[in-house]
Amino acid sequence: MELNSKSPSGPIETRWERQRFHLKLVNPANKRKYTVIVVGTGLAGGSAAASLAELGYNVHCFCFQDSPRRAHSIAAQGGINAAKNYHNDGDSVYRLFYDTVKGGDFRARESNVYRLAQISLNIIDQCVAQGVPFAREYSGYLDNRSFGGAQVSRTFYARGQTGQQLLLGAYQALEKEIGKGTVKMFPRTEMLDLIIIDGQARGIVTRNLITGKVESHLADAVVLGTGGYGNVYYLSTNAKGSNTTAIWRAHKRGALFANPCFTQIHPTCIPVSGEYQSKLTLMSESLRNDGRVWVPSKKGDKRPPSQIPEAERDYYLERKYPSFGNLVPRDVASRNSKQVCDEGRGVGETGLAVFLDFRDAIQRLGQNVIKERYGNLFDMYERITGEDPYKEPMRIYPAIHYTMGGLWVDYNLMSNIPGLYVIGEANFSDHGANRLGASALMQGLADGYFVLPNTIGDYLASTKFGKVDVSHPAVLDAERNVAEITRKLLGAKGTRSVDSYHRELGKIMWDYCGMARDRAGLQVALSKIPVLREQFWRDVKVLGTGEELNQSLEKAGRVADFFELAELMCLDAAHREESCGGHFREEYQTPEGEAARDDERYSYAAAWDFQGVGKPPALHKEPLTFEYVHPTQRSYK
Amino acid sequence: MRIILHIWRQRSAGDSGRMVRYEVPNVNQEMSFLEMLDVLNEDLIGKNEDPVAFDHDCREGICGMCGCMVNGMAHGPLPGTTLCQLHMRHFQDGEELYLEPWRARAFPVVKDLVVDRSAFDRIIAAGGYISVSTGSAPDGNAILVPKENAESSMDAAACIGCGACVAMCPNGAAALFTGAKMAHLGLLPQGQPERGSRALAMVALAKEELFGSCTNIGECEAVCPKEIKLEVIARMNRDFIKASLRGR
Repeated sequence: MELNSKSPSGPIETRWERQRFHLKLVNPANKRKYTVIVVGTGLAGGSAAASLAELGYNVHCFCFQDSPRRAHSIAAQGGINAAKNYHNDGDSVYRLFYDTVKGGDFRARESNVYRLAQISLNIIDQCVAQGVPFAREYSGYLDNRSFGGAQVSRTFYARGQTGQQLLLGAYQALEKEIGKGTVKMFPRTEMLDLIIIDGQARGIVTRNLITGKVESHLADAVVLGTGGYGNVYYLSTNAKGSNTTAIWRAHKRGALFANPCFTQIHPTCIPVSGEYQSKLTLMSESLRNDGRVWVPSKKGDKRPPSQIPEAERDYYLERKYPSFGNLVPRDVASRNSKQVCDEGRGVGETGLAVFLDFRDAIQRLGQNVIKERYGNLFDMYERITGEDPYKEPMRIYPAIHYTMGGLWVDYNLMSNIPGLYVIGEANFSDHGANRLGASALMQGLADGYFVLPNTIGDYLASTKFGKVDVSHPAVLDAERNVAEITRKLLGAKGTRSVDSYHRELGKIMWDYCGMARDRAGLQVALSKIPVLREQFWRDVKVLGTGEELNQSLEKAGRVADFFELAELMCLDAAHREESCGGHFREEYQTPEGEAARDDERYSYAAAWDFQGVGKPPALHKEPLTFEYVHPTQRSYK
Repeated sequence: MRIILHIWRQRSAGDSGRMVRYEVPNVNQEMSFLEMLDVLNEDLIGKNEDPVAFDHDCREGICGMCGCMVNGMAHGPLPGTTLCQLHMRHFQDGEELYLEPWRARAFPVVKDLVVDRSAFDRIIAAGGYISVSTGSAPDGNAILVPKENAESSMDAAACIGCGACVAMCPNGAAALFTGAKMAHLGLLPQGQPERGSRALAMVALAKEELFGSCTNIGECEAVCPKEIKLEVIARMNRDFIKASLRGR
């Protein structure tokens, strides 16, 4: 299959402008004749649904939570990047573009990233106008902070709750449209299949999570803004409900899945404390602005941190990366934490943690300033661990946080299935092999507010739509498929709970396809996963019926999809015989232990084509060319 | 530690429901409250009993999805904390806890501890926004916001829409929730043009949704996991009265 990125050529600065000019428009009077389905109400889905409705389209919007305000974007803490250069510190659209391409270890599409950097400016304006209470300086102007992977201050924030405030902005815009009747909202409704008619995405099959009723919804285009798949690891910083089902079932209907092995491990999370643990909690990366990361210089030093003298502490990030110090990108910071813990210098009971110490910052700035900057994060840490981080250094360890991979999309954010658009974390587009901090919020909102509303009109205006109704064979087939999955899950009547299988799968993925991977380990995972998957289908125990609120059944369907995705992730990780960004293959590293890319062989996006469960998928490659930022070994020294 | 739970079990909205006693013998004090319920549910599944349905998602205190009454207190005994962030170290070995869903006429029970809070969404849809269409905004720094206003606005905007305020209020009022949104937007220059109409529309809708009236009892403030202050209700009342007199 030829993958056409539809990315414009010519000067990068004007590509988006020229593309917008060439895209066909839908006459304002005709927009209401088109129905668009939007699945997911996070930053991407929520902003897209609101913006499409403002334009005049008829929007049907779905989320599995009880309200569109709950989507997991809400948990993003640190901030959102924009190349405003309000600080006169040398920032520019080009620099944000450069930082993002480099931060992604040269595995992203240049045109997309440049557009993202350009749109970053509009996002801040839009959010301020909506009433997002960004942090201000005493003058009343917007304040900024620094983030990993950048040497300028370009991160806008609302305390440690930036995601919440941006999401509430999008949610309020969405509710405004719901109130006007331009958006029909379906909360507690989960998408379980994609309906394709004559090669076009024409609708979805959903299950009402309260009544269990399975229904088909038809439209002229389908937009998936359903987030990432980090929960394949069971323990992650994702919300418990975050899942891959919407994009995975679209994948099984023919949408290509790109770079599934590109997962991000966030360096600053609260360490695991026990077997019962249900999720991991992130401490915003912004903490690395003022916190210093260290471990004891000696192995097995179990003294309390306050009794370890300065000379016996190893501030390893500052030592190894003097120019970026504690603000190296996430993949580098995480890998270094793992390294010092592997050396036996980890701290805490499990030895799987490093210190993040605010002693010096508190001395320099005073406790009040630190409290103002990070108060809610410190409170959260204390609530979870029972320790006071103003007195004792925090203990942190890396955890799965974000997935750069996702459904393949072209420059217009359309997948290879005509009429199926994928936005936000659910697509693979902008972050390459590693995402920089404060860029996820930027991408979600760029896609939803500014890109999709422009590009979707081109498809609608230039496509002929046949009349379809719910008696179409493709609709009935999708409904049958959903019913069959439910029947099998409830019918297994086995011995083990869904969670116990999910935990076991997560452990395999963390051990063999986690922070560092190697050929042998990936082969082990590839032999274990199909066996466990087969056992799951035979032996899973889901009580109750399909005609009621049944949380075990919901989970079972999601875990079933994680099993299939997990196998694809390991295949992708095994095929990519190089290290890049979050994908670190032990066999491919520089003498200093940094990721060694192989641009000759792997400068492409790997887009996988589903061929059936347990059958090897077909690989299609979208070559990546770099006209502006020339691939070099990333250096943060 | 060992915890004894009495949990409200109700199969569906139409069912009458009852309290059922359970024992969780193997609670670790580092567990969160919801992890303790996970352990109970795994145990129930093992015994072929229907697990307890409860809403939850982020488990880090920000999505607003979780919450139930614990011994009559919304989100349990610890101030400023959602149920998912409440850890078992705050309870004693052998303690007996009564878990009930949010108690409010406007929040009908769906199943067990799960309630329907969609009335909150309808209050926001009535006016809890600034009507700016995508693309029409001026430069971010063209709108100056004094730092104190930005901070007070943020204090109110921190509301997570969990519903604890309504559940705890003897009148079942949504005044803290509604007032928080009005304060968030009304403290910012961007929110001024619609301030009066917003107050009228949101207050009217809350009444239509069968939320009660505020009589300044203050239970809402006491249990709010984001510690939103009663002042937001005073602001709401002022905005509402002013707008009522002006007719907009």
